[in-house]
Order: sequence, then structure tokens, then C-alpha cells
Amino acid sequence: MSTTQKAAVAAVAAALGLTALAGCGSSDDSASGSGSTEGSGSKTVTLVSHDSFNASKDVLKEFTRETGYTVKVLKSGDAGAALNQEILTKGSPRGDVFFGVDNTLLSRALDNGLFTPYEAKGLDRVPADVQLDADKHRVTPVDTGDICVNYDKKYFADRKLAPPKTFADLAKPAYKNLLVTENAATSSPGLGFLLGTVATFGEDGYQDYWKKLKDNGVKVVDGWEQAYNEEFSGSAGGKKAKADRPLVVSYASSPPVEVLYADPQPKTAPTGVATGTCFRQIEFAGLLDGAKNEAGGKALLDFLIGKEFQEDMPLTMFVSPVAKDAKVPELFTKFGATADKPATVAPDAIAKNREQWVQSWSSLVVK
Amino acid sequence: MAVPVAFFAVFFAYPVAAIVGRGLKADGVWQFGRFGEVLARPEIRDVLWFTLWQALASTALTLLIALPGAYVFARFDFPGKQVLRAVVTVPFVLPTVVVGTAFLALLGRGGLLDDLWGVRLDTTVWAILLAHVFFNYAVVVRTVGGLWAQLDPRQEEAARVLGASRFTAWRRVTLPALAPAVAAAALMVFLFTFTSFGVVQILGGPGFSTLEVEIYRQTAQLLALPTAAVLTLVQFAAVGAILTVHAWTVRRRERALKLVDPAQTARRPSGAGQWALLGGVLVSVLLLILLPLAVLVERSLGGSGLAYYRALTSADANSGTFLVAPIEAIGNSLRYALVATLIALVVGGLAAAALTRRAGRLVRGFDALLMLPLGVSAVTVGFGFLITLDKPPLDLRTSWILVPLAQALVGVPFVVRTMLPVLRAVDARLREAAAVLGASPLRAWREVDFPLVRRALLVAAGFAFAVSLGEFGATVFIARPDNPTLPVAVARLLGRSGELNYGQAMALSTILMLVCAVSLLLLERIRTDRSGEF
Repeated sequence: MSTTQKAAVAAVAAALGLTALAGCGSSDDSASGSGSTEGSGSKTVTLVSHDSFNASKDVLKEFTRETGYTVKVLKSGDAGAALNQEILTKGSPRGDVFFGVDNTLLSRALDNGLFTPYEAKGLDRVPADVQLDADKHRVTPVDTGDICVNYDKKYFADRKLAPPKTFADLAKPAYKNLLVTENAATSSPGLGFLLGTVATFGEDGYQDYWKKLKDNGVKVVDGWEQAYNEEFSGSAGGKKAKADRPLVVSYASSPPVEVLYADPQPKTAPTGVATGTCFRQIEFAGLLDGAKNEAGGKALLDFLIGKEFQEDMPLTMFVSPVAKDAKVPELFTKFGATADKPATVAPDAIAKNREQWVQSWSSLVVK
Repeated sequence: MAVPVAFFAVFFAYPVAAIVGRGLKADGVWQFGRFGEVLARPEIRDVLWFTLWQALASTALTLLIALPGAYVFARFDFPGKQVLRAVVTVPFVLPTVVVGTAFLALLGRGGLLDDLWGVRLDTTVWAILLAHVFFNYAVVVRTVGGLWAQLDPRQEEAARVLGASRFTAWRRVTLPALAPAVAAAALMVFLFTFTSFGVVQILGGPGFSTLEVEIYRQTAQLLALPTAAVLTLVQFAAVGAILTVHAWTVRRRERALKLVDPAQTARRPSGAGQWALLGGVLVSVLLLILLPLAVLVERSLGGSGLAYYRALTSADANSGTFLVAPIEAIGNSLRYALVATLIALVVGGLAAAALTRRAGRLVRGFDALLMLPLGVSAVTVGFGFLITLDKPPLDLRTSWILVPLAQALVGVPFVVRTMLPVLRAVDARLREAAAVLGASPLRAWREVDFPLVRRALLVAAGFAFAVSLGEFGATVFIARPDNPTLPVAVARLLGRSGELNYGQAMALSTILMLVCAVSLLLLERIRTDRSGEF
């Protein structure tokens, strides 16, 4: 036994030493280190977000230059998982600001009292219709994105068929077996599309609509990745996979991204947007209750709706800025599409009915 | 013993118990009535039933396809055997995000089956079953084949000489010796398929859901902790039962068998029957394992040859997806995997050493406990970390060390299973002789045990390394600064539209596959004589 103990001590010592070494090795990667030791007078402000968060290095440096704070970004899982982690750690948050709660999840965040009210500077440049918590300012709108049906331009041109424009079009026989969407229970575009149909046809009508869609051969896969990369004939992945569905539920920003990430870049986008099938997602940020660096967090919220960050977002996260004075890059104006009266549902209605809508949708369409 | 126990208590038992407790307690009172409520829901019953039957069917199918493979790898000598044995193991350590894509190319539209016969199996249960065979082929080949190779063929030959028919000789001589290994392999496959997550999500589509998928959905999406807690405990009970039976068969297997050097039992196939068997196995490996892997490689090329690989090295081409060039994910992954391997080796090695020296029910229980992380949902562990490791001195929630810690949890069972048989085979008298001759316990360990187990240690290290490299589930839930691992980077690239993003995802997957294959090939070179289960 004493052998084991000695060996154990030696091994643990060695492991700790090596771990420490490895720690040194990785601590020069931007901002790792053991974190959360910052006091209130700290010069670091921590932003917690989901995996899709991105910002240009220069823009984050600009924030440091203006305010003296360095931003440390922590990402964990998709939007739903990241928010749920915040709720679990409420009161003792891992960071100061949370970015990435959207209107489908907003009520869950607010009901759990996740955020400390703060009215960000420059909020007057943000339209009132996206300020969903305007009386209390617990959250600040940062960006919007539209979930819309995308179409494969070539498919419809080859067949001299006009692509669909509205929700109602999708149920027409001309578009039989063409649409693929995502599971509303697990995928955020899938949920957005379902909410769009609820907003359009009402709580009484959306089930009938989905019955028609089902009869018209809608295909449901689990996530956006499978739908877009494996089933949709207009995407790069779909072409390789010989995909055969020319209609997919994706984002209004997908066509410009197809152009940006093609080599060489084409003159027109290979895909288009059915502008009458859109659901508007609004993403918010808020100061976390119990934040260690409250002053830094407030400065960061101001910065998130500042012109610089707002103009950076379209090309880093493929969303639209909320600030009226932010210019949208040419790529978006040239290849993108504007949603035609995007559908919305009030966050408290979503919070109240979401489970039930998803459940009846599942039993109607999936099973 | 103290170190592994402490490790498991702090980084596994405590976080999991805390998250389950949060789900089952309301105002400080346990709510066991929730079991009844949750388990009475028809959709939960569907999930339970599907989880069970698909795991049974997958296990049966895997045995059916992989047992001939185990025989061929054990008894036949053919060129490229070592490489092939490494290759069939690659799927086992690849993240499912990657493999799902490749598998769709085989079974989905425009896939091989579609081209030949117009058959499409995607979003059917067949896709799930076949993918489970793909993932677990190596488990059977390694567990059963490893033992089969060491059974003395002369025993069976003796039975033939004494007048037994070929089948009777096999049934009465080889089968009894082999049965515990087959049972152990079957139980491992059952465990892995019972807790299947990615395969079911990607290939099965929304129509199919296993317990593991449901736990993920209830926790990460809905934050319905009570339901998740009940399901976690149900899965716990099932996995515990599987592991208990498994530990029992393993002990039976360790019962003395006269084993011989595998090199002596393998020979070149002779006669039409044996060649046909070899051919059949090679074709099944080609179709089921090599083809999906080849699809990945094929899709990573394209555009202008290596364009996607070149794009990986540039941060500019990825300004929208990463702050740093994706190629750096390789460095991150290697660094994390290295630390995880060290932790797994220390914890697993000490646990194996303790298990060798002691017997008794308590120790055997600990043996099974070490395997539990394989059967617990990554999201449960990840969320558990979040609510437990939040106070000094263990405020690790934002530390990079959580990633290798979570990966090590998955690596430890492999280390233990590899080391244990070898350690048990070390003759205690050697150690005693050294002690009599005046060696200190440490010196005796260094000069007697260590040289004997060095190779097993290397094999264990390699396995822990490869498994950590491919670990995706827990990593993705752990808040980390922007230094993604390979599987995380692949998932992020797949989550974006655009040709370059898709191509880079395929290129990174290919790199991950190659890194795994190379480390497994190195393992093949240093395989121990009495190799463990894997």
C-alpha cells in the first residue's frame, strides 16, 4: 500500500507540474488563464455568450482603447444551452455581460431575474419596435436576424418556375416535396419558422397550415446543419451531397454568406430569399445580476450598440445592426434581401405557449 | 486509491449528484413522486422503449458483422493487417458530428445504395443501426479478436483428431473459452448504443429519440431539470446494471486460460472457404468503414485541390467564424488532449494499481464506478460542473482546465481497462523477491512493475489521447475562451453557410481522422502481448 501512496504522491506532483506547464503554454492564447479572479476595480470585463458570437479583433481593441477595459469572451454551447447555463449560475455569474438571448427565450431570462437594469447610452438610435423591455431596460437589443425560406435559384430558373414568396405559397402543389425544415423542438431556425406560421395563421390556423405542408411533402430534419448542408440543393455542401430539396428554412443573410465564402466569389448569389416567409429574431444583451465588474459591463453594453460594433456585426455574425446610423456593408445590400413585414410573436406569448405549440407541431408533423 | 476516489468524487459524483438533486428537490424536499409522473408520460415511454430495442438490435447486428472480422483479424495473416486494424478503430474515436455527414453520403440520397439499388436509408432506423455497427466494429474486433488470437489452435485440432466434427470442436473447445469475451464486447456495444446521442440525432432525424437525446433536450433546451433528473437516474440504473454484468464477465474472462503468442496462431488463409471468409470480411470493412471515411476525404478536396486546406491556415478567410486561423484548433486540441491524457493516466493508472492489489466487493464496485462516465450524458456533467465548481478553492468554471478534466473522465475507463489485465498478470513473487533483496517499495515498483507494464501504459496513453481528441459533448458545454478544439471547430464551420466553410469543415475532419489514425497505428506497433480489452 505504501508503494501505491508514494507512487501516487509522485504522480500527482508530476501531473500538477505538467498541468502548470501546459497552463503556461496556453495562457498566451489571448485570454485564457484561470479567470473570474477579477475584483471590482479590474480592467477586464467578461462577456458570456453562445458559440456563434464573434467580433473583429480590431473592434475589441478599439473598446479597450476607448474605455481601458479588456474584453474576455466565454462561449458555451448554442443559444439555448448558453442561456440555461446562465440561469443555473444566477447570482454568481461567470461573467459581467451576457449576449445572445433572443425574443424566443427572452421571457425565460427575465422571469429568472438574470439581469440588472441599465439603460445603455445611445439607445435613442435604436428603433422602439425592437426594444422589448423598454420600461425596465433589463436587456438591450443588439441585432436582428430574419429566419426565412431560402431557395435554390438554379432549380427554379431551370424549370421556369417562380420561387415561392409567402407562407401560403409553400403549401401549393407546384412546390410539392421541395421544402426541408428543422425540428422546432431542437433547432432555433426550426422554432422561428413555426412561430412565423403561428403569427401568420394565428393560434387556430397554424395547425391546419402544417397539415397542408405535410401533405405537400415537407421534410423535417433535426438541425440546420443537416437541412442546409445535406438536404438543400442550393448550398455548397448540398451540391456535393447531391441534395434534392430546393427550399430550406435558413436565414435572410445566408445568400450573402454563400457569396462571401465562395472561391472565387460569384457575381450573383446562388440562393435567394422568400421574403414573405420571415420570422424576426432580435438578440439582446444584459448586465448580469451579481457581475463583478459592473462599471466595465455597462461600458461594454454601451459599446455593443455603438456604431463601431454595430457595423462590424454583419460580417462577423451575419446579423443586421439595430442602430439606425450603422451602415450595412455592400455585400448585404447587394446580395441580401429585406424581409417583407417579418412575423413576430410577443415574448410572453412565446414563453406561455411555446411548449404546447412545439408539442402539437411534433405530433402533427414528426410522428 | 485516494487520488482516483477523490478525482471521481469531485469531478464526477458531486457535479452529477448536484444537478440531479436540483431537479428532484423542491423547497428542500425530495420529490420522488416525479418518477411516477415522468415515467407515465407516453412520449417518455416511447423514448425508453426505442432506446432499449435499438440498442439490442444494434448489438446483435454489430456482433453478426464484426465476429467474422474478429476471427479474421485473429487467425489470418495478410498484408496490411496492422494498418487495417488501426483504421477500423478510427470511427470509434471520431466525433459523431463528423461521421454523421460521411455516413449520410453512404446511405442517403445519391449515396452508394441509392446509386446501385435506389435504396435510401437516411432517417430510417437502419441508418442508426448501421452507424452503430460502424462505430463499434472495433470494440468487437479488439475485445474478441484479441483473445481469439491468443487461444491455442492446437486444442481445437486435438478435438478434431479425437473425432469431433469441425463445428463440434469449435462449439465445445473454442466457444466456451471465447464466450466471456463475446459477452464483454456485447455489453460494451450495448452500453455505447444505449447511450447513443449524435448518431441518433443526425441520422435518425427528429422521429427518433434515445434517452440520452431526451436528457440533452430537457436540460440544454428546455431547462426542465426535474424531467432530466428522472431520466438521468433511469439511465444511471440501466448503465449500472450493464456495468455490473460486464464486470462479472470480465472477471470470468480473467480466469486462467492457457494463452499463446498471437503471432503463432495467425497464418495465411488456405483453401477457398478461408479466402472467401477473408474476402467477405474485407468487403464489409470496405463498405461499412472505409467508404464513409473516404467520402470525408473526397469532400475535403475540391474547388482547386487543396484550397480548403490552405484556407484553414488563414484567419482572414474566416473572419466571420474565428478570431484565429482554424489550423490553430489542431494545436489547442493536441494541448488539451495531452493534459487530459496525463490526468487520465495518473487517475486511471493509480486506480488500476489499487484494483490489482485489493479484492472485495467495495473495490469491484469502484471498478464499475470508474466506467460510469461512459454512460452519463455529457450535458449532465457539463451543467453539473457549472453549479458545483463555483466556489474557491475550486472555482474552475471559467478555467481552461475544465476541458481536459471532462475529457479525462472519458479517458480513465480506457486506461483502467487496458492496464488492469496487464497489472494483474505481474507475478507478485517478483516484487517480493525484490523486497527481500532490499529494494524499497518505490524501487521495486520502478524496476519490476514499471518495465513490465510500460507498453500497456503507452497503449493506454494512446487510447486516452485519441478519445480526448475526439471528445465533443462535454467540451462544447464548457465555457471556454476562444480556443476551440478540432471537433468544436468542425461543428462551428458546419454551422455556417458557404462553400469555404463547408470545405474547411471537411478538411479539418480529415485532419482529425488522420491524427487519430496515426496515434492508433503507433499503438498497433506497441501492442502488448496481453493487451487489455481495447
